[in-house]
Amino acid sequence: MTNNPAPIHPAWLRITHWINVIAVVILVMSGWRIYNASPFFDFKIPAGITLGGWLGGAIQWHFAAMWLLAANGLVYLLLNTVTGRLRHKFFPISPRAIVADLLAALRGKLSHADPRQYNAVQRAAYLFVILDALLLILSGLTLWKPVQFPLLHDLMGGYESARRVHFFAMAALVGFVIVHLAMVALVPRTLLTMIRGK
Amino acid sequence: MIKKIPRKPAVDGDAAVKEALRRIDQPTRRLFLQRSLTLGGLSLLTGCGIVDDESVERVLMKVSRFNDKVQAWIFDPDQLAPTYPESMITRPFRFNAYYGEDEIRPVNGDTYRLEVSGLVADKHAWSLAELRAMPQTEQITRLICVEGWSAIGKWGGVTFSTFLKRIGADTTAKYVGFKCSDDYYTSIDMPTALHPQTQLTLSFDGETLPPRYGFPMKLRMPTKLGYKNPKHIAALFVTNDNPGGYWEDQGYNWFGGS
Ligand code: HEM
Repeated sequence: MTNNPAPIHPAWLRITHWINVIAVVILVMSGWRIYNASPFFDFKIPAGITLGGWLGGAIQWHFAAMWLLAANGLVYLLLNTVTGRLRHKFFPISPRAIVADLLAALRGKLSHADPRQYNAVQRAAYLFVILDALLLILSGLTLWKPVQFPLLHDLMGGYESARRVHFFAMAALVGFVIVHLAMVALVPRTLLTMIRGK
Repeated sequence: MIKKIPRKPAVDGDAAVKEALRRIDQPTRRLFLQRSLTLGGLSLLTGCGIVDDESVERVLMKVSRFNDKVQAWIFDPDQLAPTYPESMITRPFRFNAYYGEDEIRPVNGDTYRLEVSGLVADKHAWSLAELRAMPQTEQITRLICVEGWSAIGKWGGVTFSTFLKRIGADTTAKYVGFKCSDDYYTSIDMPTALHPQTQLTLSFDGETLPPRYGFPMKLRMPTKLGYKNPKHIAALFVTNDNPGGYWEDQGYNWFGGS
């Protein structure tokens, strides 16, 4: 038997990643249905790609999946921090390295020789989406409890402003997912490692 | 004020569906809404064949009950909702109910009596004059609708806890229920009933509460979403059995706190 090298992605990471995908899909689709009940822009989201059937149903989905997102995110951050993985996978990171890797990627010259290492663009994108998810949770908490959490309420610029923050943070997340999926499609091998670990 | 109607009830149908929904009786309507509650979820999840409609619904309902408990726990009886200057009042203030503005049912203020029952010492029915003779307070607060929009208004009336004490309510009971003359009904938890900003409202923007905002009386709570703020209240009662509510029984979260 050959000895078993440590997986590229540990099991806890793969599990939390896929749970997160489920939570995000439910939250985004039900969130669109909630937005449609009182849109603050000139458009509505096509009902067919929303979740919940009606406002009450959408809210039930949203307020169930929020626990999944928060609990799972907490486990991810906790394990990532205590194992030291966060530091060594995502740092160091510098604007210069991001630009250099971005240019290399655009020229098709970004090396994927070592799947254990994230390039600077990946690091930036993943750190961004982690912070964005945090912003989504905080602005969401403000919308849910604007009276009970006065500090958050003021930090978000009040209830109406928190709605916009929540919406734009959602849009940024959807933007990330689109780019993320395009990248996975370009380098399908990474999908296997995110499923099997190696 | 403000009982919400999802802008497109149940399914995204046309006006005819909306009208039909309004006409069929309550239990049927409720079933219909619950059926379609997870329509989107169905296509999402049953694609993998792991869950069916009903089990999803049951889980979501359970989470909603769990969310009631979490909200009761988060609720701080001393935490006041933000108040605003007169200049920020939203004018005109939006009308909202489960029916259209042309369907408001008139109430005669002269013969009006607020019925009081349940776990209270004094069950006499209150006239408007008696209610107006009690100490009055005013608040300029933000009403937040479950649909997402919000509006700032000025409401005046009797602090509800003062009224509850006056009628000798058992404030260790769990719920206060409300029945309205437009057949709306809802209920709230006792801690919210006793919150200093919870108000038996008799006036709006300095005038007698007009029919569109709940004449002769509504309950105003800046700590709860609009659909928890009943208008046209005809009767209230103190109880230990959760009386539910018009929207709550169809799937809106019961606690509905802000
Ligand atoms: C079906 C949808 C998705 C697929 C197929 C997918 C796929 C992947 C793959 C293959 C990787 C590993 C990349 C590599 O090893 O180079 C990865 C990492 C990651 N994905 Fe996704 N992803 C999806 C959705 C999402 C969503 C919705 C989010 C967050 C909102 C997300 C956040 C992340 C993060 C933060 C990482 C890095 C995790 C870490 O190493 O700590 N993904 N994803």
